[in-house]
Amino acid sequence: MIAETPTPAPTLGRRRFRIGDAGLRILAGAAALGSVLLVALLAYKVVEEAWPAISEFGIAFLWGKEWNAVTNQFGALYLIWGTAFSSAVAVVIAAPVAIAIGLFLSELAPRALRAPVGALVELLAAIPSVVLGLWGIIVLGPFLQEHVEPWLAHWFGWIPFFSGDPSNVGLLPAAIVLTIMIIPIVASISRELFLSVPGELKQGSLALGSTRWEMVRNVAIPQVSAGLIAAIILGLARALGEAIAVSQVIGGGLNFSLSVFAPADTLAGRIASQYQGSTSDLQTASLAYLAVILLVMSLVANVCAQLIVRRIRRQMGTGH
Amino acid sequence: MHLGTSSGRARRRRLVGRGMELLATLASLLAVALLVIVIASVVKEGAPALSWDFFTKPPAPFGQTNGGIANAIVGTLLMTAMATVIAVPGGVLIAIYNVEFAPPQVAETVRLILNVLAGVPTIVIGIFIYGLLVVGSGQSAIAAAVALSIVMLPLVARATEEVLALVPSSLREAGLALGSTRSRTVIRIILPTAVGGIVTSAIVAVARAAGETAPILFTSSIVANVVSTDVHGALASIPLSIYTNSESPSVHDQQQAWAAALVLLAMVLVLSIVGRLLSLRTRRQIERMR
Repeated sequence: MIAETPTPAPTLGRRRFRIGDAGLRILAGAAALGSVLLVALLAYKVVEEAWPAISEFGIAFLWGKEWNAVTNQFGALYLIWGTAFSSAVAVVIAAPVAIAIGLFLSELAPRALRAPVGALVELLAAIPSVVLGLWGIIVLGPFLQEHVEPWLAHWFGWIPFFSGDPSNVGLLPAAIVLTIMIIPIVASISRELFLSVPGELKQGSLALGSTRWEMVRNVAIPQVSAGLIAAIILGLARALGEAIAVSQVIGGGLNFSLSVFAPADTLAGRIASQYQGSTSDLQTASLAYLAVILLVMSLVANVCAQLIVRRIRRQMGTGH
Repeated sequence: MHLGTSSGRARRRRLVGRGMELLATLASLLAVALLVIVIASVVKEGAPALSWDFFTKPPAPFGQTNGGIANAIVGTLLMTAMATVIAVPGGVLIAIYNVEFAPPQVAETVRLILNVLAGVPTIVIGIFIYGLLVVGSGQSAIAAAVALSIVMLPLVARATEEVLALVPSSLREAGLALGSTRSRTVIRIILPTAVGGIVTSAIVAVARAAGETAPILFTSSIVANVVSTDVHGALASIPLSIYTNSESPSVHDQQQAWAAALVLLAMVLVLSIVGRLLSLRTRRQIERMR
């Protein structure tokens, strides 16, 4: 069996295989290189589209307050504010909830429940944003206006966040829709993180008499805190860039209001809502300028998260 | 047992622990409840508007009410199919390169770039393809498919890479030891072993692309209310029809939006669940090989 005589034309066969070998290597390498070039081309093209606005307004676009298609004056200040405000509110609500879900799925839930509940939480991420936006306009917005916002205004109206008149569109419904979008992202990463904490550490802490919560607070969370920050940054990046659902519920207002009841607008939301109504080349270029700002924000957020993750991996690699 | 002897401090610690555990459980319940509430709203509002006409007719002319979303269903199927044809081979090749051929440093860089691409807001991808393919030559389903394929590419590449990395190295070594070249080992042994995982990654990416609105906004949004299969022109799509109808003050339009949302949600959820079940099976199969 082993000593079978070689077939008569091995050289030809082997040679063909070697060419095939190079072929797949080159093809696969080209695809990988292609993905790198694609990102470069994307950045170049978006900046090129924005160029008329960049050369017209320069960096002052970032703090320009006007967005006026009639006078052809465009600035991003209120949109940056709306983006930061809505994403911040969403992250502040979503992060504790999502980390708690991660804890539940990794430490608390009965084994039989972990997989199905985890799957349901991840399905939340599968809901298309346009469907969530539709639900936001027709169900969530009116519900907040009638039941939640009057209550908040009545009891907490002295805080600037809850001043003003309840409305069915505005920052609050947008932030809640964003919260729903980022909970599954942060939850599934936190679950993986908590599962990665070595069992000896958890058991050691419990053996020393900690309650489960003390073990989580004193051992598990400090062990994975960098990873949790990376997860929150990824959630934040998702919130910053969401266009469709936000544009459906946020109301399109330009202002510096601290009130979560007031209509606002975000960078991504403005691009989505003015896609067809753009009346001048400068307006189109200004929308692309907004895309450049978004691109920079998402690049910074993602690269930060990646670097944190890479550092954790290296620490875990050398820690053993 | 020990309740009698425990000091107030110990009791407080236990209570705090219980309270925190309760909160974590409530947070999970909240997430599941949100999923149920959104699905229930879509079913409740959308189901009454579903009918045979809804699936087989294009939208009715203004003022009439017996229209459907046939044009959007056809458009979404065509655009998603084209995007899949671009993204799946591309993503699989990138994964093969990373796992089988690339030096570790290079693989790490490609991975970073893919993660960056996955993090680019989809509306920015829309703006990119608008400038690349739409300016000058006009909107088309092809342009929309290219935009969607960019959304899918990193998803396919990352998921495929994970599955390829699961394939036991003993299989790889066995192939090489038998005198097979690296490529032949990949094509004959590794890909067939991992094919279930690759299909899964494609399904999950399709589910994502089918529901995307932002990349289509600039590339295939100015459409006529007729069923068309001409991919050189703009085609209607389910997400975009939901988007435009959701902004309409007309109750009828809103109802059409709900019904379309029900169709889209059903498609996406079924694909996601099937993908998830398949992925569990593939993983189990590959793990059994070890």
